Amino acid sequence: MFIKKDEISVPKFQIMDEKGTILEKERFALIEEKVLIEGLKRILFARTVDLQIVSYQRQGRMYTYPPNIGQEAIAVAAGMVLEKEDWLVPAYREMAAWLAKGVTLFELFQYWGGHDQGMALKQAHNMLPVSIPIASQLLHATGIGYAIKLKKQKNVVIAFCGDGGTSEGDFHEALNFASVWKVPVIFIVQNNGYAISCPFTRQTGAQNVALKSVAYGITGLQVDGNDFSAMYTSLKEVVGRARKGEGPFLLEAVTYRLGAHTTSDDPSKYRSIEEEKQWQEKDPLKRLSMYLTKKKKWSAQQEEKLVQQYKKKIEKDFKEFESSKSYDVHDCFNHLYSEIPEDLKAQQTHYEQFLQAKGVQK
Amino acid sequence: MSVMNMVESINDALDIKLKEDSSIVLYGEDAGVEGGVFRITSNLQKKYGEERVFDSPLAESGIVGTAVGMAVAGLRPIVEIQFSGFVYPAFNQIVTHVARMRNRTRGKYSVPMVIRMPFGGGIKALEHHSESPEALFAHIPGLKVVIPSTPYDAKGLLISAIESNDPILFLEPKRLYRAIKQEVPEDKYTLSLGKANVLATGEDITVVTYGAVVRDVQKALAFANKSGISVELIDLRTIYPIDRKTIADSVNKTGRFLGVTEAAATGSIISELITIVNEEAFLRLEAPPRRLTGFDTVMPLPQGEHHYMPNPERIFYEIQQLIKF
Repeated sequence: MFIKKDEISVPKFQIMDEKGTILEKERFALIEEKVLIEGLKRILFARTVDLQIVSYQRQGRMYTYPPNIGQEAIAVAAGMVLEKEDWLVPAYREMAAWLAKGVTLFELFQYWGGHDQGMALKQAHNMLPVSIPIASQLLHATGIGYAIKLKKQKNVVIAFCGDGGTSEGDFHEALNFASVWKVPVIFIVQNNGYAISCPFTRQTGAQNVALKSVAYGITGLQVDGNDFSAMYTSLKEVVGRARKGEGPFLLEAVTYRLGAHTTSDDPSKYRSIEEEKQWQEKDPLKRLSMYLTKKKKWSAQQEEKLVQQYKKKIEKDFKEFESSKSYDVHDCFNHLYSEIPEDLKAQQTHYEQFLQAKGVQK
Repeated sequence: MSVMNMVESINDALDIKLKEDSSIVLYGEDAGVEGGVFRITSNLQKKYGEERVFDSPLAESGIVGTAVGMAVAGLRPIVEIQFSGFVYPAFNQIVTHVARMRNRTRGKYSVPMVIRMPFGGGIKALEHHSESPEALFAHIPGLKVVIPSTPYDAKGLLISAIESNDPILFLEPKRLYRAIKQEVPEDKYTLSLGKANVLATGEDITVVTYGAVVRDVQKALAFANKSGISVELIDLRTIYPIDRKTIADSVNKTGRFLGVTEAAATGSIISELITIVNEEAFLRLEAPPRRLTGFDTVMPLPQGEHHYMPNPERIFYEIQQLIKF
């Protein structure tokens, strides 16, 4: 008489385990080695940028920042499967995917350094800006999916939220609309175990996120988000199927936030050092580098050299950002409407008159 | 010209734009097959197909949030919220994304979209079917809020709203949907957003209102005229941006101001109008500016709504008070 909810099986897709052992040899053989190396380089780059920004923030040179550390394989894989015309709909913790879409380091620094110009997405093509209200962006992804379908294009949308996002009404509405409209959207839930301080078990009574796909009538899967090869393989497949009209998909990427929620957060209040240590062993960077080192395609020296190269570029761009800091009055007013309403223009003029009277440069 | 009520003139505006611009899609709860609970979108699905005119799942945040995505991706969505009283689940999308996407991306993505919704009382409906929440939207930077008061205005303003590159909240005074018929041109025409309409010129007092209340003021004018009071009546048409100049010029001429709305008093559009009057015509005032509004209470159920809503008699009473002051 009842649905046997505990008997619905949700396998966690993994290709390479924590020790670098290959569990799915046939699938693994389909990934070219250069893809693994590129993936590792991108994880390393995102990690280096991330640590640098946190360090700048600690020095008082940046504002609040949500670190990506530990979760990079997910965004890297997403960035590598997206084609130019495909859309990326971010939340805020998938920096490697933004970089893949064309966001520059300078823009990253501008944005997290408190300048609106950082989200101008000047070179990023078909990417939405950061969305801070949790899960609200998923609906935009569904809408973009509808536009793609109406225009009979072959593009897909990858949209992100976290485990906390799955509790929001917009998560439900986005998946429900997407299912009814059968749009080419892949919803990736980065389940990093915590929504700020709230653990997953306090977020939902369901066993996992992937299972929720069943009720929406869409295809779901759970993937080890710290296994780059599994993320890449599964995303390649669902993106390909979405292109053929088999979307939407719900992909739960199981991961762990090795850092704080943001630079204002202190994880020691809500989780143990032991737990963090366990997850450090599952670090996607370690795992991939361990495997490729064993295969003699990577080395600690090479890694160190790359980090130094990356740091140089980061520092150069950061200096450029720091010397460019200025927020013009026009930046407040110019972009809200296609034409500034008269009253708003009057507010700007009035303020500028004050600045002029005080002899302040606007 | 043909004689239309507001339901027909709005339908006509939608029809003209759907025909002219293939990037327009129209959806909402029951908006497809049925043509909406007020039949505003009747026959449009038949004409333009299920891909462009359709029923959405029953979820307001979903309706508005997906429209943001569509607009960013090059469509021009027109969405219907069945009643303004049900818009609140979409409030987050409206405030945090619809109003801000353009600013957030420094102009890279605009979200040209129209969110239509019937609002206001006087149709003896259930709870949540009679409120006037327009001031909530006018307060949000990034939106424009348009409210027609006649079939003619509704068509011209809606076409302008659809053609605007900024997101527009289009609030339809449902009490007027079938209350007035008038000659409306069959061809396309537009009316400027942000421009008020002076419906009657007068010398003694300026009365400013919008939406369904325009008719109530017009009835009050008949009493005023009989008493020899010359009233200037201004219909705002757009409550954000507000046509400051038309109001300022009028009050500088008449020296008296009454603002009327059926929304609650505190923080209403009329409060904003009184600020404008004080800023622009303070020294010309013959009497303190006044407002006649709904109460700061919940809109009563049908048996009590006559207490809540301004009516011609009350409007005339306030006009007299101001003249006598």
